[in-house]
Amino acid sequence: MTAPVVSVRRLALNFGDRSLWNDLDFELQEGELLAILGPNGTGKTSLLRILLGLLEPSAGSVEVCGRPPRESRTKVGYVPQQRVFDRDLPLRGRDLVRLGLDGHRWGVGRVNHEERARIDRALTEVGAAAYADAPVGRLSGGEQQRLRVAQALVSDPALLLADEPLLSLDLSYQRIITSLFDARRRSAGTPVVFVTHDINPVLSIVDRVLYLAPGSWAIGTPEEVLTSETLTRLYDTEIDVLRVRGRIVVVGTPDDQHVHHIDEVHA
Amino acid sequence: MFIQLLGQHFVHTALLAGAVVAIISGAIGTFVVTRGASFAVHAISELGFTGAAGALVLGFDVVAGMIVGSLAVGLVLGLLSVRGRERDSAIGAVLSFGLGVGVLFLFLYQGYATEATNLLFGSIVGVSDAQLRNLAIVAFIVAVGLVVLYRPLLFSSVDPDVAAARGVPLHVISVAIFLLLALTTAEAIQVVGVLLVLTLVITPAAAAQRLTVRPGLAILLSIAIALVATEGGILLSLQQPWPTSFFISSISFAFYLCARIVYAVRHDRSRSVRVSVLAGS
Repeated sequence: MTAPVVSVRRLALNFGDRSLWNDLDFELQEGELLAILGPNGTGKTSLLRILLGLLEPSAGSVEVCGRPPRESRTKVGYVPQQRVFDRDLPLRGRDLVRLGLDGHRWGVGRVNHEERARIDRALTEVGAAAYADAPVGRLSGGEQQRLRVAQALVSDPALLLADEPLLSLDLSYQRIITSLFDARRRSAGTPVVFVTHDINPVLSIVDRVLYLAPGSWAIGTPEEVLTSETLTRLYDTEIDVLRVRGRIVVVGTPDDQHVHHIDEVHA
Repeated sequence: MFIQLLGQHFVHTALLAGAVVAIISGAIGTFVVTRGASFAVHAISELGFTGAAGALVLGFDVVAGMIVGSLAVGLVLGLLSVRGRERDSAIGAVLSFGLGVGVLFLFLYQGYATEATNLLFGSIVGVSDAQLRNLAIVAFIVAVGLVVLYRPLLFSSVDPDVAAARGVPLHVISVAIFLLLALTTAEAIQVVGVLLVLTLVITPAAAAQRLTVRPGLAILLSIAIALVATEGGILLSLQQPWPTSFFISSISFAFYLCARIVYAVRHDRSRSVRVSVLAGS
């Protein structure tokens, strides 16, 4: 087996007196797709920030591409939580994607032939070529999200991190975005880590799930982690995991974080 | 009379000074508008005034006092990473106090009141050769700064989360842009005065953003509008001896109104086109 792209060892994170997790251990191989699940306040986004080198863990070590995350930043593609762009922002989709390529470099810079081709390829890959020259602020959430994925892919990253990339997207866009992630890890072997509150739209493509519960965690295939036994152990209270027509419904978590799962069933 | 004035040295100096200030004001304004920091410009200029008034009282160079005052506020604002409403109320509290201190300085100042009026309303036609040289040096620093910072500045202004993830040092950029803004403001005060700095730093950029969605072109348009407003304002004040600042702010505002009208017409049309396409399909 080749060296892991991500290696997390005995990681701990505390906010003040509150300990979010301890001794978190996992590795991510090429081509793997990992979903981070769990209720709010369990440090899902914080874990991404640690992988991005934006947050220091309280203990333990992290390596991305064999180096500390801070030194691997330009090798990582990042799709942030949706933040709607100002309607009149003077920025086209193409400009947004370009920033993913060279926005971190000093100077004005010129886009050369090869870079223009890469930007066009990334736009075409996500199916955003048709509105590449429109102002980003006037595009729909789903269109903006496709551009975000193009922005993350344009630098040909060794690792893709995404924070709730499917939030507030309708079903057809959810499918498009997930299939883009799937295609990328298959074609280029880029491992993908994404935070989600709902496993169902991505159940078919996820290799492993990291479930963060208050004070504990579990990692494994969806079949291993998303079971009544595992979640009951994690939450230390009776949890039922039901499988309804290929969907997973979690009942009984203490904080109603999973109401949407029920909604899914109604839909 | 007008033609005669055009041959005068002081008019040339004024036109050159105006051009220098317009170029950097128009350029930096684009980033200020994109970052939603218009109010900060106002704060920086008013505290530049306090610095200048302090310099008057203590007998230092007025422009130096102004730059020190602006830079101090720029540094503080750049370091404050708070966003939105909290930032605005903090700015409001600081700037009103600073202005109050400025009023005290003016009261204590026993010299010519014109100095104070010039600060508040600008005195472009009184620019000396030495002042012009200093303006040009400061403008050069700002221009170089903007060119060096361009991509990370744009990135962190429109998309801070991803910019940070890609390794753009947001805090460094924030402090740097506010320091450059402070220098620009101190320059613009000398042309249009404390109260009208926004007419060069904000209005042209806001107008330009209504006209184009290309970030680079928005900057060039903003510079062009600031240039036309400044030079046009200076020339008009030669013809009609009213305050230059009045003409500059009027032209600048006229551009803004026109840009909004163009924008409204354009979007109205694109909307009706989209509707008819939908109806047709």
